[in-house]
Amino acid sequence: MTGASSWSFREDDSRRIHGILRGFLGETNARTALIVDRTGQLVATVGEAPAFDPTAFASLTAADFSANDQLARMLGEAEFGALFHQGERESMYLADVARRVILVVLFDNRTTLGLVKLRVKPVVGQLNQVFTEMFDRDGRSAPGVESAFLGEAEGEIDKLFGS
Amino acid sequence: MSMINYASREINCKLVYYGPGLGGKTTNLEFVYNKVAPGSRGKMISLATETERTLFFDFLPVDLGTIRGFKVKFHLYTVPGQVYYNASRKLILKGVDGVVFVADSQIERMDANIEAMQNLYENMVQHGYDLTKIPFAVQYNKRDLPNAAPVAELQAAVNPGWAVDEPAKQRQVADPYHDSELLVWQQDGHWVERAPYFEAVAVTGEGVFDTLKAISKSVVKTLG
Repeated sequence: MTGASSWSFREDDSRRIHGILRGFLGETNARTALIVDRTGQLVATVGEAPAFDPTAFASLTAADFSANDQLARMLGEAEFGALFHQGERESMYLADVARRVILVVLFDNRTTLGLVKLRVKPVVGQLNQVFTEMFDRDGRSAPGVESAFLGEAEGEIDKLFGS
Repeated sequence: MSMINYASREINCKLVYYGPGLGGKTTNLEFVYNKVAPGSRGKMISLATETERTLFFDFLPVDLGTIRGFKVKFHLYTVPGQVYYNASRKLILKGVDGVVFVADSQIERMDANIEAMQNLYENMVQHGYDLTKIPFAVQYNKRDLPNAAPVAELQAAVNPGWAVDEPAKQRQVADPYHDSELLVWQQDGHWVERAPYFEAVAVTGEGVFDTLKAISKSVVKTLG
C-alpha cells in the first residue's frame, strides 16, 4: 500500500484507441470523444478539437463522475455505469471504462441520444479490453523517466516558483 | 505517480492541498495563480458556495514546460475543509501524487488541525494509499497572527511523526529547510520520521512557493 498506482499510455495504445473512437464517431455523427482518467487527467481526444480548456474539462468530468458514483452507492447501486447531460444544443454522454477511465462523448443535434447509446455499448466493451490489458501490463513493469529528467525538472521548478 | 502519456508526451502530477476549514488552502492557490506567468498556468476553477467557501474543490493547472521531450504539468487541487464535506474531500484524493497539509496556526484551531490530519490519514487509507510513503509536506499558515501557536507546539500536535520500520531508512536525515533540525531521527530507541514543514502567511504569499517547490520536487523524484 503506497500511493496511487502507476500506468503509462503508449503510442500503440493511442493508435488502438483512436481507431476504435474514430469508427464510433463516424457511425454516430457525434462530434468529439474524450478519454479522461478517474483522477482528472485527459488521456486522449478524438474528433473535432474542443473549443474549451480540455484540462479543466477533464478535472470537472472526473469530479462529476466520482460524485455520481457516490450517489449511486447511496441508492444501493454499485455504480452508475453511464451519465447523460442534456443541453439545448450540446449534450454529453459519459461511460465508465474498466473502472479507471471515463469515455466522454460530445454531440449535438446532428445525432440522437438513442444512436449514441446504441453504438457506445460495443465501443465500451472494446475499450475495456484495451485498458485492462494496459493496466495489467503496467502492474508488471511501470516505466519511469530517465535520470537526467529529474535534475532538469528540479531546475525548472526553481525557475517557475522562484529559487 | 498516476500516468505518463507517451502518446501526447505529457506527464501530469496531482498535488492536493488539505486541511481544516478557513485554513488558507484556496488562498495558497490564488497566490500561485496571481504570481505564475499567465503562459505557465491554466484557468483556475473554484466550485464554491455563494459565500466563497469551497464546496467541492479548487483546481489550478501549472505548466512546468517541456523536459526531455515531455510536457510536465502540476494539477493543484484544494479540498473543502469543512467537516461535513468529507464525501467530496475524499474523492479529490483519488490518484494524488503529493499532499500539502495547510494547518491554521491560531491556537484556537489546534483541535481542528488535529481532526483534519486524522481525517486525511483515514481517507488516504480508504483509497489504499499510505501517507508516509508519498510526498507530503505541512504548512503552518497565518504565522503573522498574534494568536499563532509556537511552531514546536504545532509540530508536536499536527506533525509528531511516524515510526520508521524499514531498516534501510533508519538513518538520521537532516531537515534541508531548517538548520539543526531533523526529518528522521532516533527517539527512545525507535526511529521516527516527520513531514517537512513550512511557515507561511498565504495572504501575502510568504512561504507559499517554498511549500510548492518542496512538494513538487518530491513528486518529480518519484517519477524516476
